[in-house]
Amino acid sequence: MQLSLEHIEQRQGVETHLYPLNLKLVPRAVTILLGATQAGKTTLMRVMAGLDKPSKGRVLADGQDVTGMPVRERNVAMVYQQFINYPSMSVADNIASPLKLRGEKEIATRVRELAAKLHIEPFLNRLPAELSGGQQQRVALARALAKRAPLMLLDEPLVNLDYKLREELRDELAALFASGESTVVYATTEPTEALLLGGHTAVLDAGELLQYGPTPEVFHRPRSIRVARAFSDPPMNLLAGSAASGGVMLTSGLHLALVLPSRASATLTTGVRASALRVHARDGDVALPGKVELAEISGSDTFVHASTALGEVVAQLSGVHTLNLGQPIVLYLNPAHAYVFDDEGELLVAPGPDLARKH
Amino acid sequence: MARIDLDLAHAYRPKPKGDDDYALLPLKMTFDDGGAYALLGPSGCGKTTLLNIVSGLVTPSTGRVRFDGVDVTAQSPQQRNIAQVFQFPVIYDTMTVAENLAFPLRNRGVAADKIKQRVGKVAEMLELSAQLDARAAGLAADAKQKISLGRGLVREDVCAVLFDEPLTVIDPHLKWQLRRKLKQIHHELKLTLIYVTHDQIEALTFADQVVVMTRGRAVQIGSASELFERPSHTFVGHFIGSPGMNFLPARRNAAGFEVAGCRFAAPPGVSREIEAFTLGIRPEYVALAGPDVAGAVPATVQQVQDIGTYWLVSARVGAGSTQSLVRLRLGGGAQTVPRVGEAVWLGLIGAHTCYYADEHLIEEATPR
Repeated sequence: MQLSLEHIEQRQGVETHLYPLNLKLVPRAVTILLGATQAGKTTLMRVMAGLDKPSKGRVLADGQDVTGMPVRERNVAMVYQQFINYPSMSVADNIASPLKLRGEKEIATRVRELAAKLHIEPFLNRLPAELSGGQQQRVALARALAKRAPLMLLDEPLVNLDYKLREELRDELAALFASGESTVVYATTEPTEALLLGGHTAVLDAGELLQYGPTPEVFHRPRSIRVARAFSDPPMNLLAGSAASGGVMLTSGLHLALVLPSRASATLTTGVRASALRVHARDGDVALPGKVELAEISGSDTFVHASTALGEVVAQLSGVHTLNLGQPIVLYLNPAHAYVFDDEGELLVAPGPDLARKH
Repeated sequence: MARIDLDLAHAYRPKPKGDDDYALLPLKMTFDDGGAYALLGPSGCGKTTLLNIVSGLVTPSTGRVRFDGVDVTAQSPQQRNIAQVFQFPVIYDTMTVAENLAFPLRNRGVAADKIKQRVGKVAEMLELSAQLDARAAGLAADAKQKISLGRGLVREDVCAVLFDEPLTVIDPHLKWQLRRKLKQIHHELKLTLIYVTHDQIEALTFADQVVVMTRGRAVQIGSASELFERPSHTFVGHFIGSPGMNFLPARRNAAGFEVAGCRFAAPPGVSREIEAFTLGIRPEYVALAGPDVAGAVPATVQQVQDIGTYWLVSARVGAGSTQSLVRLRLGGGAQTVPRVGEAVWLGLIGAHTCYYADEHLIEEATPR
């Protein structure tokens, strides 16, 4: 389905929940709504679903104006953060309920198919309360998928699960979405989740739609500091500096050799992703000596918080690194991996594509 | 401060029959005096039961709890001299921050000047000094939880401080600061700390030794790097790291062993009696290789994901019954990234490869 939002605005009294926005979702693909809590993700989804009427603007489904058309007259499937199931119905009946409502045939076969896909086949005769949280959310997902709705909306569906379950279910969902049956909208606060799901990403912040595009493109070329901030975990290191001949002069006196566009402002902000900082020097690097404040270990990565002449910075190192509090550390950065934003926070320079990104 | 020895089990019912009847399967464990420990595992793994057994809230159905060699199994939490910090702030709203911090000391009749000194020190470490005279009621949730942490840490004479998911209510951007505080405090006060969590970052960052638990069993106790490099159980390989370790079925043959349809010399230490075993390798250590590289197997790329800071590649190896999916992480500096459908070779056998029989690491497999 082609869902288009035209000049949508949502206000309640004096409060503005959504500032005027236009968004044309890529049909039969996943669109991630990425933003912190209160960014407007749920408000936007409710407008898309027809649960709320926007204060201004139009919602078009395949070219037809559906603004204000109630949700039950629209063919939309929704999944929420909380696992919502019918508590007194068996798992099988829960999944079958949208099919029964429509009087479909071969319901049992379809239910079994979906249950198999979501690995809940052994529990078809149980009640939802007898299942674990992860299994309950699988039931809610199976019911949403059973509808075969052309538009499927998922509002942080994995947020209440522990991280291993999340990993598993996210992989399965990505595979299900890839079938291209529905136009899918998936809200999350987590940048990594957006990247893992791929597709397209719309970045929301404080009720504003900041950028929409293919997920990796938005990540690698954030239009502004606000987008970069919303789409970096750990946060992007932001370093104050000014335009100097042949690059940027940071406040500590460190010079980054870069080609600035002629429109560059005098004061600039340099953005350095945590993963661009390394502990082993390579040709062309600048050195950032500092002191370890904390090394956080996730297993696959170690996040080093260090205090430096440029202020506090975070570096993401692959694998487990044992670093003690207070120990000296030198971080290295290739200036070609830095972002530069102007005095309005707009992107001036983004790192060029790596060799690897040429495909 | 105390050394804590556990040699016990906890069953849900008298006369337990199978493993399912146990909240905690028989275990033997020592928490050294002054160590920082984490109990890590998914919900229902038994970590909270274990913590409650240490504190005295739960009495194990069999076995003993010893503090510095003294049997305390029958003692209450008060008698055991334990401090505890829970998920949600437990403080007195009508008292000031200073009074809240002093409370556990005043209760025990500690001298006023000593109280003042100790409260001052803990407040400074937790950056609460400026708020000492403020009423607790007016503070934000994370400040209240800091007071809870402070109350847990204020007494020097406790045998241990136990934490049950203490950072749940803390905002994500404040969490790392508190993790740092806890780590600093451990360095300065040298208390025995036991910390329960399902969050691998909290566990691996906070603790010198992490106890990984699943289904009532402690499957490995080790440092972050031991759990990552040499998981002693397949569950640890799976649970630590995102994504977790790759596992591939391997089978003995006359000359060595076979994995994904390729033949290799037998890994040292895998005894001849073991017919079928499992090869484990982390996505970080799977490398793109050439066909002539020792330890490489042919694979077909199924999926390539740009995760921003690295590439996640999924590739199929083997065929029929030996078919498996292998994931690899290519760093941001990767020179080439394969395309979907491309035939590649993956280096699976090397210094970082682990071998498992019945889910347990075959220890001598690759001596270091």
